[in-house]
Amino acid sequence: MSGFTRHRRSGRVIAAFTGFEADLLRSLAGQLVELLRNEAAAPRDPVDPLEAMFDFDGPTTAPEDPVLARLFPTAYQHDEEAAAEFRRFTEGHLRDGKSAAACRIIEDLEEAGLPDELGEDGLMIDVELTEDVAVTWMRSFTDIRLALATRLGIEDGDEARWMALPDDDPRAQAHDIYEWVGYLQETLVGALTR
Amino acid sequence: MLASPWVTIVWDDPVNLMSYVTFVFRTYFGYTTEHAEELMLQVHNDGKSVVSTGSREAMERDVQAMHEYGLWATMERAE
Repeated sequence: MSGFTRHRRSGRVIAAFTGFEADLLRSLAGQLVELLRNEAAAPRDPVDPLEAMFDFDGPTTAPEDPVLARLFPTAYQHDEEAAAEFRRFTEGHLRDGKSAAACRIIEDLEEAGLPDELGEDGLMIDVELTEDVAVTWMRSFTDIRLALATRLGIEDGDEARWMALPDDDPRAQAHDIYEWVGYLQETLVGALTR
Repeated sequence: MLASPWVTIVWDDPVNLMSYVTFVFRTYFGYTTEHAEELMLQVHNDGKSVVSTGSREAMERDVQAMHEYGLWATMERAE
């Protein structure tokens, strides 16, 4: 595993994943898509049925799920009404964008040869991304890391806490995955910066 | 010319990589690497930074863009 690099001749951003790694990335991206579609991005209690039929708006209150609340922060901290309006006009669009980005990762991995079910060992998945698509992956890695970090309760300077967990603790494993996606993202930013 | 009445603020979080935040400031706002790094360090060290100034509509666009990138951004009237 060496993360992302820039292919000198083509200018593409490239990476080689083991089948296991590619499958893990697909699963993380898939869970993000599920979450984004899970909690409806619409007002919860329409006032009357007729109004509901013509309600093409987005939600006006922050999502209940802490991950979604972090992905769609409140834009106005001291003005509830303006915050609600902002959310109404942006959250649906943001959800679609984040969901599309995660789906793009899944599609690219499958196009690069990741089968529905992992079979024999030794499978390598080579991905080659244009700059635009690499930025899409990079944004989605952020969403995945924010989701993992929120679920884990990551805080500044808490490395020792994670190191102290026994290896078989599921939180230790989730933290390893969080670190791994962080490493991938760091190399991706590096490849795009050069 | 009137002073720009609104600001976009990016807040520190324990997740986003310093290199990524710099990348976003550089590519989205078109800031130089030096300026982007300065703002990123301000977010990191002071907990927040004003990253852009302008009309309310422009700041709403910027905040939305920051949310697309997964940065924690808010807006308010300039003091």
